[in-house]
Amino acid sequence: MVEEEFEPLIVAFCCNWCSYAGADLAGTSRFEYPTNVRIVRIMCTGRMDPTFVLEALRMGSDGVLIAGCHPGDCHYQKGNYMMEKRFDYIKNAVKSVGLEADRVRLEWVSASEGAKFAALIREMTHQIKRLGPSPFRIMSNSK
Amino acid sequence: MSEEPRIGVFICHCGVNIGGVVNVPKVAEYAKTLPHVIHAEHNLYTCSEAGLAAIKRAIEENNLNRLVVASCTPRTHEPLFRAACIEAGVNQYLFEMANIREHCSWVHMHEPEKATEKAKDIVRMAVAKAALLEPQTEPEVEVKDASLVIGAGVAGLTAALSMANQGFKVYLIEKEKEPGGITQKLYKLYPTLANSSDVVEPLIEAAKSHKNIELMAITTMKDVSGYVGNFNIILTEPGGDREINVGTIIVASGASNYTPPKGLYQYGVYDHVITQRELDKMLSEGKIGEPERIVMIQCVGARKGEIRPSELEAFPKSDTAELLRKILKARKEEGWPYCSRICCMNAIKNAILVKETSPKTDVVILFGDLRVYKEYEDFYRRARDLEVRFIRQVEEVPPEITQTPEGKLQVVAYDALSGLEVKFLTDWAVLSTPLIPNKDEIMLARMLKIPTGTDGFLMEAHLKLRPVDTNVDGVFIAGTVSGPKDVSESIISGKAAAARASILMGNRKVRTDAITAVVDEDLCIGCGLCEEICPHGAPRIEEGKSKIREILCRGCGSCAAECPRRAISMRHFGDNQILAQVRSLLVPESLKEAGD
Repeated sequence: MVEEEFEPLIVAFCCNWCSYAGADLAGTSRFEYPTNVRIVRIMCTGRMDPTFVLEALRMGSDGVLIAGCHPGDCHYQKGNYMMEKRFDYIKNAVKSVGLEADRVRLEWVSASEGAKFAALIREMTHQIKRLGPSPFRIMSNSK
Repeated sequence: MSEEPRIGVFICHCGVNIGGVVNVPKVAEYAKTLPHVIHAEHNLYTCSEAGLAAIKRAIEENNLNRLVVASCTPRTHEPLFRAACIEAGVNQYLFEMANIREHCSWVHMHEPEKATEKAKDIVRMAVAKAALLEPQTEPEVEVKDASLVIGAGVAGLTAALSMANQGFKVYLIEKEKEPGGITQKLYKLYPTLANSSDVVEPLIEAAKSHKNIELMAITTMKDVSGYVGNFNIILTEPGGDREINVGTIIVASGASNYTPPKGLYQYGVYDHVITQRELDKMLSEGKIGEPERIVMIQCVGARKGEIRPSELEAFPKSDTAELLRKILKARKEEGWPYCSRICCMNAIKNAILVKETSPKTDVVILFGDLRVYKEYEDFYRRARDLEVRFIRQVEEVPPEITQTPEGKLQVVAYDALSGLEVKFLTDWAVLSTPLIPNKDEIMLARMLKIPTGTDGFLMEAHLKLRPVDTNVDGVFIAGTVSGPKDVSESIISGKAAAARASILMGNRKVRTDAITAVVDEDLCIGCGLCEEICPHGAPRIEEGKSKIREILCRGCGSCAAECPRRAISMRHFGDNQILAQVRSLLVPESLKEAGD
């Protein structure tokens, strides 16, 4: 069997106002990045129910990115702070099911940071490749 | 759900923008295999008249009740497609967009196969969400027929007058003692060589005497709360604070002039090295006399260097005056990366003014690139006819300035055309400097939640399609606060911003997003956590249950995520809808049929 390079699947929850727009700008600017990310648009990272992350991982996603506005820039004033407070809890939950906490990341990307978004996806794809496939992915694929 | 979803999917080629990378017909074929999809087709431009007609026709022919368009970002054409849905009798919230351009074809241009696979995934996610969409009614908000204009330069004055003439009350605030902004301080304007006071003074007089305009000098905005149609603003005036209530806001607070650091081209070292602004002032006072020669140097402090990664980080998130001060100080030393747009014409204008008063003076303009667009080309020709000399430079060999023992300046420059070094003894060296963002404006943007670009200027909602809108509903931008503009461009943007704000105020009502929180009262235990965390005061506990006041709810969803009973969900971004996207993406093909 020829071993193909592992192509991770990363689910990115992007807030509508900053990070989704930042991803749009990466496109408008033609900043290329790996095809491994799938973006789910939410209005604000404040909306991020920890179960969304856990469900993405349970279904076999290799990494989850939560991207929102920089501190102080939230369209709703403090949604990103609410998310930040939850993040430790999310990481602990991820660890408690036996996954590396690094599979989940919280990053701030503004509407003007297309280059940053592209760089982030390149870097995170690389990082998840090093971590290898999620055990949950292997389980769900072998069903 | 009341009715079985019947989904129509439209995949857009966007000319070659998507179709040149993604195999669009293949994605359309794939879409037909997805659950609940009744109809799928691909269009050259789904946003075109033909594309929109195809949507309406398909709705009618196939009795569709859910629509997915896979094309660009919803930030560009979602309103257009939603309008098409409404026309065809489908509630606009039963529409979902799949972004396969900005998030796929444009970022994976060299990986067509992988991009096609990704596009299929993106479409599958959108279809999964679409199947669970529900119709919504948008709440209506009253719009106060008053506007706040921040900054009384030409853009602000123009915007204020335009709204006031339509009968709206305008509060026009200016942080300086006198209105008029930067333009007020200029001598003559290109390309007409009109006195700038002839342009600004009538605007100031008209604003001062207009019954609908309240012009307040030495006044700044201290705080803002509320939302489109109903902003509460606290102003700081010399006498103290004052609260006003407006429906719209126009930010026209301008830009600053770059002052070169001491020593750059010997500025601040030799008295006869000055900026164009200083030359302008001397011309207005008739003090320039009849010098033998004047050498102008373009792009001083502009088009220099790259945007540093540290800046990419810091600019958009700098929320303290201290951090901003640091960035601006570093930029002063290094210069700014962008072209300031107006300096070429400004230099040509001053060159012509010198030549017209003192034809014997040799005027030399050292430039890298000369940008004289539209009819300004004639102005440039006029300068050439007056024998103003234009000498092209290369960035690597900037001109050098020294002083001779006799006290004259010597400019040594590299002439890129001849490849030779040229030396000029000159009476004056004049530096052309850019317009730059200023600290107060960036802090103002932070207060209003308008993002700034990496250049520090306020960002428009869309560079091409919404140039005077911002990401904040009801807040518009005019003039140089969003980047360098000349007077006529500032006036155009002032009028444009006024028109955008007047649409809202003229309609008296605006529909706001239906994306609001909903409480399941059976689950709610009235703990009050939602009331505590909501930044907008939307939830209130009444009779032991949380009640959401829709008009105050902005739809962030923090309460939905925090509710310990999971009693709160969001319209249009429900738990089930978000999870459906996640699940549709990750369940392997073999299991898809076995879904719930």
